Amino acid sequence: MLEDRKPDRGFVEIDGEECKGCGLCVEACVPRVLRLAESLNRYGYHPAVYDGHGCNGCGLCFFVCPEPGAIRVFKLAAPERGARPEAALAAV
Amino acid sequence: MPEYQVLHEKARSFYPRYTRKAEAQHQTHYCPGCGHGVTHKLIARAIDELGIQDRVVLISPVGCSVFAYYYLDVGNVQVAHGRAPAAATAVKRSRPDSIVISYQGDGDLAAIGSAEILHAANRGEPVTVFFINNAIYGMTGGQMAPTTLIGQKSTTSPFGRSIWNEGYPLHVCEVLAALEAPVYLERVALGNSKQVMAAAKAVRRAIENQVRGLGFSLVEILSPCPTIWKKNPVEAQRWVREEMAKVYPLGVFRDRTKEAEPRPAPAPPPALGDLPRILEIGDGAGEALPPLPKDPFADHRIKIAGFGGQGVLMLGEVLAEAGLAAGLEVSWLPSYGPEMRSGTSNCHVRLSTRAIDSPLVAHPTLLLALNEPSLRKFSATVEPGGWILYNGDQLPADCARQDVHVAAIPFTRLADRVGDARAGNMVMLGALLEITGLLPEAHIDYALRRKVKSERWLELDRRALAAGREAARQGVTHAS
Ligand SMILES: Cc1ncc(C[n+]2csc(CCOP(=O)(O)OP(=O)(O)O)c2C)c(N)n1
Ligand code: SF4
Ligand code: SF4
Ligand code: SF4
Repeated sequence: MLEDRKPDRGFVEIDGEECKGCGLCVEACVPRVLRLAESLNRYGYHPAVYDGHGCNGCGLCFFVCPEPGAIRVFKLAAPERGARPEAALAAV
Repeated sequence: MPEYQVLHEKARSFYPRYTRKAEAQHQTHYCPGCGHGVTHKLIARAIDELGIQDRVVLISPVGCSVFAYYYLDVGNVQVAHGRAPAAATAVKRSRPDSIVISYQGDGDLAAIGSAEILHAANRGEPVTVFFINNAIYGMTGGQMAPTTLIGQKSTTSPFGRSIWNEGYPLHVCEVLAALEAPVYLERVALGNSKQVMAAAKAVRRAIENQVRGLGFSLVEILSPCPTIWKKNPVEAQRWVREEMAKVYPLGVFRDRTKEAEPRPAPAPPPALGDLPRILEIGDGAGEALPPLPKDPFADHRIKIAGFGGQGVLMLGEVLAEAGLAAGLEVSWLPSYGPEMRSGTSNCHVRLSTRAIDSPLVAHPTLLLALNEPSLRKFSATVEPGGWILYNGDQLPADCARQDVHVAAIPFTRLADRVGDARAGNMVMLGALLEITGLLPEAHIDYALRRKVKSERWLELDRRALAAGREAARQGVTHAS
């Protein structure tokens, strides 16, 4: 049944140890696929988590995040769209 | 399997790890939700995109972002509070190919550094300034900034900022937009993702302008400081959007990027050897003035003091010019009050066979006191074994010292006899030369000819010098 679903247009990886749990990414995510974890990281923050479904690869979470490398955004490689950052900028 | 590609990740212009402290080397020191972190990312990304990492020199300020150099893997300078535009000017002018970014908070730029930014902008320095306006001093714990909103509480405006007490929020972009030179001025905000994306564009443009060789660019960034504002990061973002942006309208205040011509490259500096000619400093070239030997070591520290109008500074200048012509190291430092004429003035001259550390003469080996107040002021500072030349018949008893040589001669009276009381300084110089043999006659005469353009005065000064030598030969009173 999962096979039938169109693949997500993107996904994100979050470094739970760099994240400071500010929640700005959660706020920015339009499909609301991010949340702050119940658990704490090593520094006592509730890090952001992505549960693995529904990301559209817009990249907004990356831009609002104050930490340089806490979020990595991946985009579905569609031949006609490519992965140019400008395209993402223009899409906003 | 669908294929995914990395769209956004940590910029290459960040260091992989931050070595500021042993622990937490993968995190910045900024508070959760701080706008500095976001701005750093926008800058790093623009640097990556423009491919200029090796050319960037970042000037970090004093403030929470003082440690920016731990994060951005570019050339870094950290400077005194508010001085980033001056340092940026220096770096840009001495390395025109560098891309210089001045990064400053609102305390740094709009309070202590307000003069620096104004003049850098007015000169159109071709640098890029990022101005983080968070309406507060963050690093020091929340004092009022010039940008603090009316009614906003801070540790130094505990009842809220009042226009009657602290004036109005300072609108930096608007102020700078009144200047002719800036090429690009924009105010952006970090109040939501849309604003952040617009800020990303402005940040990139401001750097790109510099790459294109255009003039001064500044982007003001309304930026959350959740910690001091005592708001959670999401509320702080909202406050930027809803309160700050009301007071500080977003937008472009200046955009001359289309019509602005690339700045012409600065003219190369003149060769060092040409400086004496350009500055009209006489080095005795063309005259038969033998240099004095560099050995033995000699270091004459001379203080000349008197009333304005007695020729104190002139006496010093003649000594310094003659010393220069003799191949000595010299310094000449005038020091006078605002009165210029009737007040006291003094000057410090050093003549040395070695490089001079400071032009200041605190303990003279030679004191030339042209009046009694100057004698009283400085006689105690003379080095033991040194000389006091005093313009009078004798030293007042309470100024006498047993450990220095004294020549008390009424120089002004002698000058009057020569023809003009104002030549007293030259009579004194004559006596000094006679007593100490400090410099040869020829060098002094050369200096006089450079300094004195009137024939009548030149002749008078020469006679005054001779009268001074004669008086010294006759009437020097030595201390025991
Ligand atoms: C000459 C000098 N004066 C004062 C200080 C104290 N001081 C350190 S940071 C700061 C203000 C910083 O505020 P801002 O520029 O707004 O930066 P923020 O910390 O908010 O990012 C002050 C006054 C200093 N370090 N040096
Ligand atoms: S990339 Fe866009 S959709 Fe995906 S998690 Fe980030 S904000 Fe949400
Ligand atoms: S914005 Fe960054 S630091 Fe803040 S919660 Fe999300 S990942 Fe963590
Ligand atoms: S005090 Fe404010 S400006 Fe300083 S790091 Fe924290 S949030 Fe940022």
